[in-house]
Amino acid sequence: MAQEAAVVVTKLRLQTLFCGLLSVVVSTTTLAAILPEERADVMYHLYDGGGMTIDGTSLLVRKNVADTYSFSANSYVDKVSSASIDVIASGASEYSEQRDEYSLTGTYLQGSMLLNGGYTSSSENDYDAETLYFNVDQGFFGDLTTFSMGYSRGSDDVMQNGNDAFADTIDRQNYRFGLSQILTPNLMMGLHYEAVTEEGYLNNPYRSYRFLTNPLDINAGFQTATEVYPRTRTSDAATLSASYYFDYRASLKFEYRYYTDDWDIKANNYQITYTHTFGENWIVDIKYRAYQQDQAYFYSDLFSFASLDEKDFRARDKELSEFSTQTFGIGISYQIPYFKGGKYIDKSTINLQWDHIQFDYDNFRDITQNAAVGEEPLYSFDADVIRFYFSIWY
Amino acid sequence: MKTLMLSLLLIVSTASHAAMSKVTAPDFTLKSNIGKNLRLSEYRGQVVLINFWASWCGPCRQEMPVLDELHQSYEALGFSVLGINVDKKSEAADKLLKDIPVSFPILYDNSNAASELFNVDAMPYTILVDRDGKMRYLHRGYKRGYEDKYREQIKALIRE
Amino acid sequence: MQIRLANTQFQRLLTKALMLLLLGGCSVEPWVKPYERQNFADPIMSADRNPVSSSYMHHVYQAREGARGAEGGAGGGCGCN
Repeated sequence: MAQEAAVVVTKLRLQTLFCGLLSVVVSTTTLAAILPEERADVMYHLYDGGGMTIDGTSLLVRKNVADTYSFSANSYVDKVSSASIDVIASGASEYSEQRDEYSLTGTYLQGSMLLNGGYTSSSENDYDAETLYFNVDQGFFGDLTTFSMGYSRGSDDVMQNGNDAFADTIDRQNYRFGLSQILTPNLMMGLHYEAVTEEGYLNNPYRSYRFLTNPLDINAGFQTATEVYPRTRTSDAATLSASYYFDYRASLKFEYRYYTDDWDIKANNYQITYTHTFGENWIVDIKYRAYQQDQAYFYSDLFSFASLDEKDFRARDKELSEFSTQTFGIGISYQIPYFKGGKYIDKSTINLQWDHIQFDYDNFRDITQNAAVGEEPLYSFDADVIRFYFSIWY
Repeated sequence: MKTLMLSLLLIVSTASHAAMSKVTAPDFTLKSNIGKNLRLSEYRGQVVLINFWASWCGPCRQEMPVLDELHQSYEALGFSVLGINVDKKSEAADKLLKDIPVSFPILYDNSNAASELFNVDAMPYTILVDRDGKMRYLHRGYKRGYEDKYREQIKALIRE
Repeated sequence: MQIRLANTQFQRLLTKALMLLLLGGCSVEPWVKPYERQNFADPIMSADRNPVSSSYMHHVYQAREGARGAEGGAGGGCGCN
């Protein structure tokens, strides 16, 4: 089976994993009219699956001033060891690298309006990203309803190890609207919408697609070439959510998201989380999430022809294929009684969360397996994600 | 996009400040943090600022030091602030008071009986009661600057 | 830069829903009184009890799935490619 290696690369970086930025979660606060709590968190995180091991630490510190302003600083480190399917399939050897990220945010409370803004910067040896964002939350009708609006602007620099001539950028904008509504003393619902639009180099300089050496003879094998992507991508996503409180001190949260973009990807996912408290000090969360997506129109595991020009798109990124994932998660949180209500520390918890994710691809094949071209087994893998962290409130 | 923006401008909010027709304030008795139950009618002859607040309300926190300052400034002239906490369980309220200590009495309305009597529909909810026990001014919510209105109204009611 | 929303249906639906709510809600008395909202202040009802952990999970999904947006996160978009 003839298989020509693509340009020799020192490693195949899965830039899919190193999105420029960690999505900074600004809590869509259930009650608009209060500042986030002052706290500090230290977290160790680990992702292990599909041949990749990524671990690292994250730190968050938040301080409030005059009950009117709130500031936070967050740092995040990812250390990667990867021998994933894309790495192995390209013939490259396992690689290691590190990504560092930090964010700063500020919040202002006036009446039932909350103004939020932040900056995040991320860097690794071949990808730099910066994002600036603003959000406004406003309460209406006695604060039963909260309307939120937000905007983010991102700018990424894409580089390639071993090729100093390569440099490109991505310009990104996000627009968000949301509505949270209290329906009964125990039930709250929300509807959130986000549009993302990007322009620039949207693929991965290390990744290739494969095409038949002879379109009339599949047994002649395949060749590879660098992917060809559109220079723009625009997407819409809307999430419907509900949270219900049980008077015996437990909660049930449900979320459904529908996604669509101009690469023809349609996806939906839903998530159910049940939270139960045991006494004053123990909280247990149980979570199930299911995700499903259709492929991008220019995706294929095996193309018949190579791309003719930069508008003849080709992708073999499994993230753009047709696939589904399922997650089973459990989390335990223990409030340390010794630190409760102290002079400097109000509350302190120690937490462990574990999620098990199954990935099943419907049209991405595992070409590391010995099989006839186009008949390799469909790829699937499991991953475990562990978060272990310690939090204090002061 | 434009219609979206326009529809936002159509919002009409319930009045933040109102003058009330001189209805007698409903009477109530609540447990307090100064060791004994307090009854509103016992404050006849004084101007009273009743402030309903909750531990999970941000503007209520911002307002506490302001109310404390008003209480201390005008107490000698026959004025008192009464803070009524509406939390069902007082734990979080007491924690807030530890962070922001105040010198005026705090009453605990755990069963929300007083909140219902006064038709509380915003948080914080501030009512100024004159020396004859009649409700005169109402303020919904709190924003920086409201204390100037409070001060004006308190001085006017004290002089009556 | 012009936004070209992939699906303007979303935009229309959202505008209608908002207008209905805002116009209809103008004269609405809060049917859940402010003093009945204690349950929502309980940390277990919070959308984000553990911001660092949930932020990380959003990143895990966004890096490996095609969909992005409207996760309840509201910050820097993920530059996933």
